[in-house]
Amino acid sequence: SGELSEMDDFWAGALWALKIWLYLVIILIMIPSMFGFSLGISEIYMTILVKTLEWATLNIQKANSDEGTLKPSSSNGLIQRENGSMEKELEELRRSRPKPPVGGDFTLSDCFYFTRQGIESIVDDEVTQRFTSEELVSWNLLTRTNNDFQYISLKLTLVYGLGIIVRYCILAPLRITLTIIGVSWLVIGTSAVGLLPNWRIKFWLSELVHVMCYRICARGLSATIRYHNRENKPKKGGICVANHTSPIDIVILCTDGCYAMVGQVHGGLMGIIQRAMVRSCPHVWFERSEMKDRHLVTKRLKDHVNDKKKLPILIFPEGTCINNTSVMMFKKGSFEIGTTIYPVAIKYDPKFGDAFWNSSKHSMVSYLLRMMTSWALVCNVWYLPAMHQQEGEDAVQFANRVKSAIAHQGGLVDLQWDGGLKRAKVKETFKEQQQKKYSNMVVRDDSSSNSD
Amino acid sequence: MGSRASRLLREEEIEEIKKETGFSHSQITRLYSRFTSLDKGENGTLSREDFQRIPELAINPLGDRIINAFFPEGYFVLVIFREDQVNFRGFMRTLAHFRPIEDNEKNKNPATEPLNSRTNKLLFAFRLYDLDRDDKISRDELLQVLRMMVGVNISDEQLGSIADRTIQEADTNGDSCISFNEFIKVLEKVDVEQKMSIRFLH
Repeated sequence: SGELSEMDDFWAGALWALKIWLYLVIILIMIPSMFGFSLGISEIYMTILVKTLEWATLNIQKANSDEGTLKPSSSNGLIQRENGSMEKELEELRRSRPKPPVGGDFTLSDCFYFTRQGIESIVDDEVTQRFTSEELVSWNLLTRTNNDFQYISLKLTLVYGLGIIVRYCILAPLRITLTIIGVSWLVIGTSAVGLLPNWRIKFWLSELVHVMCYRICARGLSATIRYHNRENKPKKGGICVANHTSPIDIVILCTDGCYAMVGQVHGGLMGIIQRAMVRSCPHVWFERSEMKDRHLVTKRLKDHVNDKKKLPILIFPEGTCINNTSVMMFKKGSFEIGTTIYPVAIKYDPKFGDAFWNSSKHSMVSYLLRMMTSWALVCNVWYLPAMHQQEGEDAVQFANRVKSAIAHQGGLVDLQWDGGLKRAKVKETFKEQQQKKYSNMVVRDDSSSNSD
Repeated sequence: MGSRASRLLREEEIEEIKKETGFSHSQITRLYSRFTSLDKGENGTLSREDFQRIPELAINPLGDRIINAFFPEGYFVLVIFREDQVNFRGFMRTLAHFRPIEDNEKNKNPATEPLNSRTNKLLFAFRLYDLDRDDKISRDELLQVLRMMVGVNISDEQLGSIADRTIQEADTNGDSCISFNEFIKVLEKVDVEQKMSIRFLH
């Protein structure tokens, strides 16, 4: 019976430790974050972290320059692309021979233009690199970003090892606890608020509950967010559009304001959360079958924005997660509604952790665990001035204008390519455009007014 | 933890590739990084689908022919076929054709021309046309490539007369085909060194 009481003591002790742990978490982290102030613990952590990473970078650079190996900076491309237009390049190729008097201008060297373009795109293209994580300039002491950085010094390896212990044994359990608390509070709180009748206080409470939960979740990721130009924050009756890197974008934005979400109805845990959220304030959830009907989607969004009491809608027009180095094509759906668009640019600092969700490589759960074992989440959010569709501008042009503004503010590359290329094949029409362009250089089209 | 390269490149391999292709050490490691990022199957080779996943290449009118150039030919009982996987050596060998020509390479032994010599660059382009590898570009082969480049925008008759005229201008021995030597002669004034080279950064 001596052994039994030892076991009991052990479990009693463990339970007691767990209780202390929970109380500490709640008092020191959760409650301050719910009410929007901080005790300074996160700030101290971030300061130590920044100093450590700077030290590590210096060490690595010193070691590289000692060895004489110049680590090629990944911000330089592999090649410098030839940016001449098709017309200019083909003219130069054909310069060496006189133009034939009749019947079409073609030389055997015309293929050189397409060949070089093709080989250049094999070595380095604008699109495929956007669907994998950004390469770091210098290693940030995480195992997952260690590509070809070799052993540098004992000190560095020790710090790296210490980092693993800190991240997996201290930070990760802390963050998981906070996230569980945050999500549970979201479900319970919104359901509770949903029981109230539709008085003004209901809306106020609903917003409070939402913001508190997102704040707890943000603390759960050690998120350091800097908001810029908050006077441009989205208002009711409008649509907020932002570039998309990961599901955490939602937490980032909703910590600073209340939005109506748009999305597909899910089953399981997501479904429970969705149903709870919609009890306290209107979000726009679609059944999978409804999403295919563009008119239905447009109508529901229009109805939502026309009701001036409802929260601004949050939409990610790229439709998929991109790796935060560029902004890809914005789908025109949101820009056809005809209401005010509030653009927002989100840029993460990859040094502290890679926020990009590569959905073909990681499941949602695996991704969240990776987030919780990163150093931290540091990002900048810029609220851009509201934009409206102008006279004579169609939805696609408007979408491109908004996209350029966001790309410019966030320091991201502005691409015309569709984010859907992550999974789908590129449309034949682009090839046909190139063929048409080339044909015009072969048969100088006097009859270009004739339709094909 | 997954390392980017399913298998790291050994120093001996890098040296061999350096000798064969003329790329520098850092260029080889970076191109290897690119190779592995295209290799979705992570089996150390690229298939045609891996290339076609590059949108800019998929919309290139000559995309399929360019991809073909990477896949080595093999012999099987007198029948020529193309393999459907290319490894890193083969990848580098093909890319080596597009290295710019440096002055110190021009005086090398002409018997073993570097892969990026003017002649070899022209041979690369010649093989884009000469699908059946009989060292002649026939009228049909020329028409095929023309059709790939212009799409549906030019009529058969017009395309045919363009092909006829091109062969007429190049053909010196009267066999209605363009041999490699005739090909070289027609393009002797073209700046092949510049137009079939890519500016690789160091």
